[in-house]
Amino acid sequence: MMLFRLSLRNLRRCIRDYAIYFFTLLIGVSIFYVFNAVNTQTAMVVIEDRSITKLLETSMSSVSVFVAFVLGLLIVYASRFLMKRRNREFALYLLLGMSKGKISVLLFFETLFIGIGSLAAGLVAGIGLSQLMSALVVNLFEADMTSYHFIISTEAIGKTILNFGIMYLVVMICNGFMIGKCKLIDLLQSEKKTEKLHLKNMLFCTLLFFLAAFGLGYAYYQVCYSQSELTQEKFVGMTALGAVSTFVLFWSVSGLLMRIVSGIKALYFHKLNVFTIRQIGSRINTMVFSMTVICLMLFVTICALLGCFSIRNSLNKNLDDMCPVDVELTYYRVDEAENRNGTGLIEDARARGWDIPAAFADYTKLHCYRSEDFTFGDFFAESGSLDEVMDKYLFLDYSTLEDVFPVSEYNALMQLYGREQIELDEGEYVIIGNFDSMMKVRDMRLAYDTKMTIFGHELHSKYPECRDGFVELSVQPLNVGIFIVPDSVVEGQMPQTEYVFGNYPDGNKQEKIKSEKQFLADYTAFSEELNHISINSRQDMANASIGLGAIVAFIGLYIGLVFLVACGAILALKQLSETADSIRHYEMLRKIGVEERDISRSLFCQTGIFFLLPMLLAALHSYFGMKFAMIFLEMFGTSGIGQSMLTVGLLILLIYGGYFLVTYLCSKSMIREQK
Amino acid sequence: MELLRIQQIEKYYGSKSSLTKALDDLSFTVEEGEFVAIMGASGSGKTTLLNCISTIDRVTAGHIFLENTDITLLRGKALNRFRREKLGFIFQDFNLLDTLTAYENISLALSIQNAKNIDESVNTVAKQLGITDVLHKYPYQMSGGQKQRVASARAIVTSPRIILADEPTGALDSKSARLLLERFRYLNIEHNATIMMVTHDSFTASYAGRVLFIKDGRLFNQITRGTDTRKQFFDKIIDVVTLLGGGE
Repeated sequence: MMLFRLSLRNLRRCIRDYAIYFFTLLIGVSIFYVFNAVNTQTAMVVIEDRSITKLLETSMSSVSVFVAFVLGLLIVYASRFLMKRRNREFALYLLLGMSKGKISVLLFFETLFIGIGSLAAGLVAGIGLSQLMSALVVNLFEADMTSYHFIISTEAIGKTILNFGIMYLVVMICNGFMIGKCKLIDLLQSEKKTEKLHLKNMLFCTLLFFLAAFGLGYAYYQVCYSQSELTQEKFVGMTALGAVSTFVLFWSVSGLLMRIVSGIKALYFHKLNVFTIRQIGSRINTMVFSMTVICLMLFVTICALLGCFSIRNSLNKNLDDMCPVDVELTYYRVDEAENRNGTGLIEDARARGWDIPAAFADYTKLHCYRSEDFTFGDFFAESGSLDEVMDKYLFLDYSTLEDVFPVSEYNALMQLYGREQIELDEGEYVIIGNFDSMMKVRDMRLAYDTKMTIFGHELHSKYPECRDGFVELSVQPLNVGIFIVPDSVVEGQMPQTEYVFGNYPDGNKQEKIKSEKQFLADYTAFSEELNHISINSRQDMANASIGLGAIVAFIGLYIGLVFLVACGAILALKQLSETADSIRHYEMLRKIGVEERDISRSLFCQTGIFFLLPMLLAALHSYFGMKFAMIFLEMFGTSGIGQSMLTVGLLILLIYGGYFLVTYLCSKSMIREQK
Repeated sequence: MELLRIQQIEKYYGSKSSLTKALDDLSFTVEEGEFVAIMGASGSGKTTLLNCISTIDRVTAGHIFLENTDITLLRGKALNRFRREKLGFIFQDFNLLDTLTAYENISLALSIQNAKNIDESVNTVAKQLGITDVLHKYPYQMSGGQKQRVASARAIVTSPRIILADEPTGALDSKSARLLLERFRYLNIEHNATIMMVTHDSFTASYAGRVLFIKDGRLFNQITRGTDTRKQFFDKIIDVVTLLGGGE
């Protein structure tokens, strides 16, 4: 009972030290709840495609495992950090004859109180926040708000309690372990040990600084500007080089900063600058490692948030650009034996009683021709550039058959799409595509030679490079290149695939949905019989795309938020404990008549620099990181990046800036109260 | 009756390349009911000696017997029990828990022992040390002298076999120091408490019955008060310190 009371007392005393810890746990719990409850929140909005919510649920719970791991590490770190501050207290307990076991029990109670408190508060906050999330969900899935009602997910609550319960248990075990192995003499003298401040050699620091800068530059260059030579091993190597360089950079900057600023007398001896810089300098030495970790975590955060937001934005935007018609039917003619004697899809369907054109206001047909004699490899082989390309791009499939379309049908489709048509003379061809990196490879070939033999006709490319465009409906720019040739080239050839593109009669959204339902019913009825037919509809793709966009956005937001909170919390804890250790310094400053305003400013500078330094380098990392990530983002299109940057910037400002502000205000009240 | 026997103890610090001998073949005994002061310059090893006796630190070689138990061999439960029941420790900087009132700080030592009549015991020692008025106060509401007397009360409330004090007057002004030392003397004479006190201050040491001088981890000299007045004893201590203090 005494232990119980003592631990309560301890908590009350350490309330300031524990405030940030508690606050972080609270945020962690609420984020965990919100994202695990997300599928319950989505359940109430009417979404046609239930598989999306299922996918959302699965991906959220797998990401949650990772998130729980990160949060677990953070909690263990933070609690160990707070424990260290209480060494002398533990020493006294031991000296009074309390056993280590009893001290562990004491800590057990403390963790229990904090755990229960943060879980309860976090869940309440989470339930509140998840209502906000509902609004976001409604917005993402473009559903209406009328079906909204207050929801509590008991499943998510259970999950949260289970996960955090395990984390707290780990903390308890760690604490017990730590108490178990500590020595009384070390505990008692822990605070007397002064931090060794060894000034670093200026020349050595400068050397290291340039070495680190060079290392970073080299890694950036390798990753961003010579991607063609980038293998997986090399990529991992460059990432490691970047991480090591980050560490060395912080290490050398910590030495240089002191030397340089103290060299500029006018600046150094201005007001409290001497004190401020010494405070920073003494800490940066010990914080180099944690700064590195924080910088790298921020880097991941920024990239995750930016990437996910831009994918989401692009997906929604692409839908308008790349699905210009309502429906696309694809009719395959895989087997010569099944050859329908030159008749097309529309005729075959009509013969079975399905009048496809009747469903459309307007439509057009497109035939695709392929030949075993014209593969992706052949495309390069003819110019003699195959070996060179194969050396560089190992993972391409060179046996894929190229798609060839007659220009008249292509132009008819472009008219329906409302896109630019092309004019071709006899003996000319054009390559159309929109998957940028593949277009670059093809451009390389065209730079060699524009001559190409297609179906026995010798043709020249009309342009020295590929042109932008597509024929199949898609939400992503995935057209790796198709050939548009004069009609005469494909004459007498057997088309491999036939496309029918159509628009339903004009109408509002409801009417279009009705048209689509009708059309889909017919399709389902006849598709079996027609065989080798598939359908792609704009509405279908919209649903999938929005769902995919939403999932990606959720995951990015989830990981990003957790990492951001972790970074903020670690910095805040460190800064606060530093302030606690320096309280005497501030008292002394006051005694010699330093104004309160100057003290606050010094504190502000110290806190600011600690939050800013890792963020600056992380921003630089992210710039190049995103440049690299663009390769992958390319397939989603990168149009939304500007807007994403704004959103991400605001989010970081809110959370990271929030931690900075809370830290500054807490530190300020700490040094003021001690008067 | 012999209470404490220090037998050829040694304590080394540091690595092989830079070995510091903090205690070097030190031996002496303390009788029950004695008030012993240990004097020496900074770095002479006096605090290390106290830390070894109080089981805060471990000796490198040698033995320490308290009531014929070799405390250098104690581990685990027996060690906790030893600290709980036989030792009272007073720090230079008090080491009170600032979440607890004076009363609670003192009673904590008892409740760890699961003792009975806590209230009665606390009030008795409070009376002996003259801190009855501040029992309900928190450490930050007390003066340095009051805090040290509360800390002392915590050390003696369990009736330990020996009270160990590390520079108990170090953080006190001379009036508070004198008050504390008079309480120590009172406890020593009236209650037959055995006290061992480390100090570098001759005035503080003059309250003891015997003073051991340590230099470079070895016993340099010792003088007993006998029938001297405190003033006379103080002068004798000063003489030894002068002799000893060449290096300081």
